[in-house]
Amino acid sequence: MTPGDESVAESARAVHQGASAVRRVEAALAHLAETEPRLHAYLHVRADGALADAAELDRLGPEARAALPLAGVVVAVKDNLVLKDTPTTAGSKILEGYRPPYTATAVARLQAAGALVIGKTNLDEFAMGSSTEHSAYGPTKNPWDVTRVPGGSSGGSAAAVAAGTALVALGSDTGGSVRQPAAFCGVVGLKPTYGRVSRYGLLAFASSLDQVGPLGRRVADVAQVFQVMAGRDPHDATSVEGPPGGPVLDATGSLRGLRVGVVGSQRDQAGPEARTALDEAVVALSDQGAVVSEVDLPHSRYGIAAYYLVAPAEASSNLARYDGVRYGVRGEGQDLAEVYLHTRGEGFGTEVKRRILLGTFALAEGYYDAYYLKALKTRTLLAQDYRAAFRSVDVLLTPTVPETAFRLGEKLEDPWAMYQSDVMTVGANLTGLPALSLPWSVTAGGLPTAIQLTAPWLEEARLFSTAAALEASRAQPWTGPAGEGRGAS
Amino acid sequence: MILDNGAEVIIGLEVHVELATRTKLFCACPSAFGAPPNTAVCPVCLGLPGALPQLNREVVRLAARAGLALGCTVRTRSRFDRKNYFYPDLPKGYQITQYEHPICEWGALDVPLADERVRHVQIRRIHIEEEAGKLMHEGDSLWQARGSLVDLNRAGLPLIEIVTEPDLRSPDEARLFLRELVSTLSYLDVSDLRMEEGSIRCDANLSLKPPGFTGVLEELARVEVKNVNSIRNVVAALESEVRRQRAVLDAGGRVVRETRGFDEVTGSTLPQRSKEAANDYRYFPEPDLPWLSVDPAVIEEERERLPQLPGARRRQLRERGLAPKDAAVIAAEPAAARYFAGLTDQGADTRLAVTWMLGDLARLLNETRRGYDESPVGPAALAELLALIAGGTLSGRMAKEVLDKMFETGQSAAIVVAEAGLTQISDQDILAEAVGRVLAAHAAAVADYRAGKAQALGFLVGQVMKATRGQASPDVVNRLLRERLAADAAV
Repeated sequence: MTPGDESVAESARAVHQGASAVRRVEAALAHLAETEPRLHAYLHVRADGALADAAELDRLGPEARAALPLAGVVVAVKDNLVLKDTPTTAGSKILEGYRPPYTATAVARLQAAGALVIGKTNLDEFAMGSSTEHSAYGPTKNPWDVTRVPGGSSGGSAAAVAAGTALVALGSDTGGSVRQPAAFCGVVGLKPTYGRVSRYGLLAFASSLDQVGPLGRRVADVAQVFQVMAGRDPHDATSVEGPPGGPVLDATGSLRGLRVGVVGSQRDQAGPEARTALDEAVVALSDQGAVVSEVDLPHSRYGIAAYYLVAPAEASSNLARYDGVRYGVRGEGQDLAEVYLHTRGEGFGTEVKRRILLGTFALAEGYYDAYYLKALKTRTLLAQDYRAAFRSVDVLLTPTVPETAFRLGEKLEDPWAMYQSDVMTVGANLTGLPALSLPWSVTAGGLPTAIQLTAPWLEEARLFSTAAALEASRAQPWTGPAGEGRGAS
Repeated sequence: MILDNGAEVIIGLEVHVELATRTKLFCACPSAFGAPPNTAVCPVCLGLPGALPQLNREVVRLAARAGLALGCTVRTRSRFDRKNYFYPDLPKGYQITQYEHPICEWGALDVPLADERVRHVQIRRIHIEEEAGKLMHEGDSLWQARGSLVDLNRAGLPLIEIVTEPDLRSPDEARLFLRELVSTLSYLDVSDLRMEEGSIRCDANLSLKPPGFTGVLEELARVEVKNVNSIRNVVAALESEVRRQRAVLDAGGRVVRETRGFDEVTGSTLPQRSKEAANDYRYFPEPDLPWLSVDPAVIEEERERLPQLPGARRRQLRERGLAPKDAAVIAAEPAAARYFAGLTDQGADTRLAVTWMLGDLARLLNETRRGYDESPVGPAALAELLALIAGGTLSGRMAKEVLDKMFETGQSAAIVVAEAGLTQISDQDILAEAVGRVLAAHAAAVADYRAGKAQALGFLVGQVMKATRGQASPDVVNRLLRERLAADAAV
């Protein structure tokens, strides 16, 4: 048994009924020992901690267990979310050996619901990248084809879920960093409405875009984890309470009459496989009674440009704290300036430095209006585009990514090509809208494709019900990557 | 202040005031002063990875109160921005401040100058920001230090920065402005206002306006002296800048726009190292905090609760007949104002109250380094003493002794007087007997007086006082002696 074989609900129910949580962790660790040498999805495996947490859970009485919606659910956490006393590096040399003294709200809420954190997953350094190749600790491989990238920056989380070493995982999504790797690894990934999940304890990349999101094998798994961690947190002033009501996933809902808008320009930008997947999804939606039309987001073509000004600008400020004074690795130097130069010069990787420089430039006196302010205006225009679209449709449908997982090293030397991976995902971050990536099909080459649904603010429930209906109608039931030691469930 | 070469001194100030809240601006750490280094800290004020700011609403209230007291408009919507720079005392690598949209704008403070003139100083803005930590260097400066230690207890304490227009015209006006500002703030319970602990610091901007200059002041080369920590040092720094800039101009040079520091040892300003001064702060809106909304009801509540401020108090005291100087001293600080109000509430005579409060009591307080609110002799106790003086029970000289004793022991006037048997004897019958005895015993002095030696009367008064152990009322003794000497002569 591996964690990925069960749904979150099944796993929790088993533990509610007395199944051993320790056994589940042991099984996950055994599976992990088998897959990790190939995949390198984890930066830190929390074997002793997870076993201790599981043992504690096993000591609880039946009533106490039953009160925990995620009892014994094995989760992996992206290594840019802090977990008290557990190494957190954000994939950077500059934080090597750092152990935070507190736990991120999103993680703490999962733990309080009975989830067991099995490890910290690999990522592009400080979540800057689309392939996990920018990790200072080496890349993660795609479980579907280890010569390919898992996507990024939450590549470790996506690979962990796809390989079945964790039932669900947390990632963070600043420009597509949950959805793009979810698409490349054939799992479900959600970028919630900005503020719906607390950012407290998430190592900031671009504060106005960052959002913690879950990845899982099924829509229901993702919905259940989301439900546990969503909601206002006094530690995050930008967090918001969602609409009141029961479970966020109403799987009984029908798609009849649902108005779906296909973003024409993004269909045009998709490669053949992504376009086929999109077209199949349109048919599936129509078959179930949804009304599909084409909509236009005229300013979405400026999305990447706006994103690559706002995100680096905020990053240049957010990463200033890594100066070697209080924590992390300190460079040697004769005076303060040298200490700064060596700490940051040696501690940060190329891509992080590139973005810090970009962002510093975008905020510089005399350039602020032309770059940063202009990008903010673009965000406003883009939000207006979406608002207009949502007057005539209920959800938007696009590919998640223009293509399937690319080869390791393929785009490493070409940042501009790498940045284009985000072309269909940055819109949700720039506007704060919720968006979900759903695995759709497997190509002839054996790689997963995916579609993306986007809903109005706080309408995650609409994403889940639509995605669940599509999931049920999928031509090829999801079986996971071949060779990961799992039979069809 | 116009220099003899015709240049006019133009000064604007930026005053940083640490607010007295229980906790820091963006976290729940205590704002206690003097805790062991790095003990009043948490992930937020340490700038740990992943930590986020949570605004302390009490700070907003205090900032609004200060703004209202200075006549500012309090904005119902304002915003925080990041000011980015590297320094080891700045844990996040940026300071959260308010740059574009401060909470308070456009107020003024009327500063009384000498000879009844008033300087109307406009307040351009007041904004909220966080304090940095404290560095201790081993060596001359941070850049040459052999080692430096960082204490982040102070990091994240709430500050307001009060920015004036360039409306001050001399270092002395700057001094008077700061005194009036501190006095005004002291009524608001917004800050401890402890200069020596750094709860007020000042950046002073100074330009010299050449005679005949008709442009806008912003065009003048402005020198900013940063981070001066006492009123005396602000004056010294500005005076030194006037001299320095004057010398530059007299030598035919041009004053360059720059940031300078004040050296307390030499009493002069020094250019700051370019590494520290040449900053592009790359301000941008703080994405971790939403726009700051202030409920108009809170603003109204604070407006209604504003106490009477020094200017109004001075006017009121002068209307009650106080000399301008006395009114100024009493209105300058709440403790003094409360003490004086306590005295007059107890029915003390206004003139006596001023004389004793600002005279002997002030002397005793100064000697023991205490404020009016720490006086062992409270307003009620002093009022009792003043009543004994007014009623003729105690002479001024005796009252002074009684006050000393009261101050020393905390006893009431009545007890001190009774224990020392100090009551002034004004009873005519008792004194008449003493006067009779003295006259009988000092025939020679009586003869001298009658021969026209007026000073003999003084001798006789002294003898009566001696006979009554100083308790006789000198006024009554004087009168009785004159009467008896005149009567006896007529016989």
